[in-house]
Amino acid sequence: MADFLNQWGSAIWQAFIETMEMTAIALILSVIVGIPLGVLLILTRKNGQAENQTVYAILNTVINVIRSIPFIILLFLILPVTKAVAGTTIGVQGVIFPLVVSCAPYIARLMESAMLEVDRGVIEAYQSMGISTPKIVWYVVIREARSSIVLGLTIATIGLIGETAMAGLVGGGGLGDLAYQFGYTRFQPDVMYAVIIILIVIVQCIQSFGNAFARRLKKN
Amino acid sequence: MIQLQNVSKTFVTGKNKIEALNDVSLEIQKGEIFGVIGYSGAGKSTLIRCVNLLEHPTSGYVFVDGTDIGGLGSNDLRKLRRKIGMIFQGYNLLETANVYDNIAIPLKLAGVPKKVIKERAAKYLEIVGLQDRSQAFPSQLSGGQKQRVAIARALAHEPEVLLSDEATSALDPATTDSILELLLKVNRELGITIFLITHELNVIQRICDRVAVMEKGRIIEQGSVVDIFTKPREPLTKQFVRNESRFKIPDPLLKELLSTGELVNLTFLGESAKDPALATLARKFDVLPSIIAGGIDQLKDQSIGNLLVHLKGETGKIRDAVDFLQSEHIIVEEVIG
Repeated sequence: MADFLNQWGSAIWQAFIETMEMTAIALILSVIVGIPLGVLLILTRKNGQAENQTVYAILNTVINVIRSIPFIILLFLILPVTKAVAGTTIGVQGVIFPLVVSCAPYIARLMESAMLEVDRGVIEAYQSMGISTPKIVWYVVIREARSSIVLGLTIATIGLIGETAMAGLVGGGGLGDLAYQFGYTRFQPDVMYAVIIILIVIVQCIQSFGNAFARRLKKN
Repeated sequence: MIQLQNVSKTFVTGKNKIEALNDVSLEIQKGEIFGVIGYSGAGKSTLIRCVNLLEHPTSGYVFVDGTDIGGLGSNDLRKLRRKIGMIFQGYNLLETANVYDNIAIPLKLAGVPKKVIKERAAKYLEIVGLQDRSQAFPSQLSGGQKQRVAIARALAHEPEVLLSDEATSALDPATTDSILELLLKVNRELGITIFLITHELNVIQRICDRVAVMEKGRIIEQGSVVDIFTKPREPLTKQFVRNESRFKIPDPLLKELLSTGELVNLTFLGESAKDPALATLARKFDVLPSIIAGGIDQLKDQSIGNLLVHLKGETGKIRDAVDFLQSEHIIVEEVIG
């Protein structure tokens, strides 16, 4: 055990940091893009407060198309765009952009379904009190949906951790890459097992935290 | 206060056209409680939603305080809506906010200063009798309490009109009564005009001054509640009123009674209730009245007495007796088998 830690400890730690880094940055950017997209979806959909079938249809199709492409393919497909946006296609910096492209539409969908659960009557009550739509979105829809939003983001975060494993293919590093490079390619299964255990612990922690936080936000 | 002029609303879903409102005209006076009654699907909900433009009429005009609200920009419409409070069958409270915040958040969003919000929340929570539940969450409250919070929330904007969309329909009879009492108090003490829709005659009977009856998107009859109760004209109105106040007589008994005289339904109200009219029949007209059934309907400001009376005597004398009863302002309706 001590030998294993001496030999692999710093590499695993390094990979852990990389995974956390990629997940955190990609998550923040995805939320920044995904939540407004989700709001746009509920506003423009049929019977939404700013119903616009064209906008909804376009958004809906784009999201479906992106979500149909497996991340590993997407990663290569958008290489030129990644190069233009991030300045590089390799390393952590090169993998953030494709992660966001993949994750933001997913978050938009999760947000849409979370916000659709909000009782239309409550929205109507706030309209009847002369409250503007942007305020209703923030103080009523997002507030009432916050518990489901947190659960959705928990799911998205865990998905993102999975996707970072493929980042190794473009030199992004991280736990997945470590497990693949050493565990699989170099026949050192103990490294793979260690990584798997760490990943399980991370996912468990995130899910438990998400559940607890969502419960607290629900307050009823 | 509120005028609806030839308001129509058509919903188009695919190839189907549904005429929810068909040329509806109404006028609600300042300070009154006006009710619209009808079965579900009659268009009542659409009608009440046209008053604050939650639903835009396909044609026709809605005037509030003389302003044609169809012509308002979104900013002016929001200002106008703050003068019109609304309560709903489903309460529509924020589940994630406690009672106090449910009242305070809309005020904050409407730009009311913090200090005023505190005062108003306290004032209206007291009016609805929930001052000690301000920290409770909606899920910890009963239906009646939730509706009280919704009423306080609507009142806290200090509106001139309160719209009530089936506010008591989800409540049990005792709770309904207490909410109706509260609405009466709001109308009397705060001078707020109330426009309500309901499918329960009881609601109209207890608190309304005037009523309109809706069927298939049209107003088929309207007038004071007393008139509608005592002289319903349309079949649907009669059905609503009779379900509530008329007596059901078993067929064999009805036949027997009709074979020995006439059966009349007498409706007393106001002055006519005080004179001993029936006793006079026996003395003056040689007609013997016997009471088969009776009851009293309590309206907002007066009561209506109903008697089912069997009149025994010669046909001509019964006619004279009926004329006499009518001259005493009693409404007489013959019951036919």
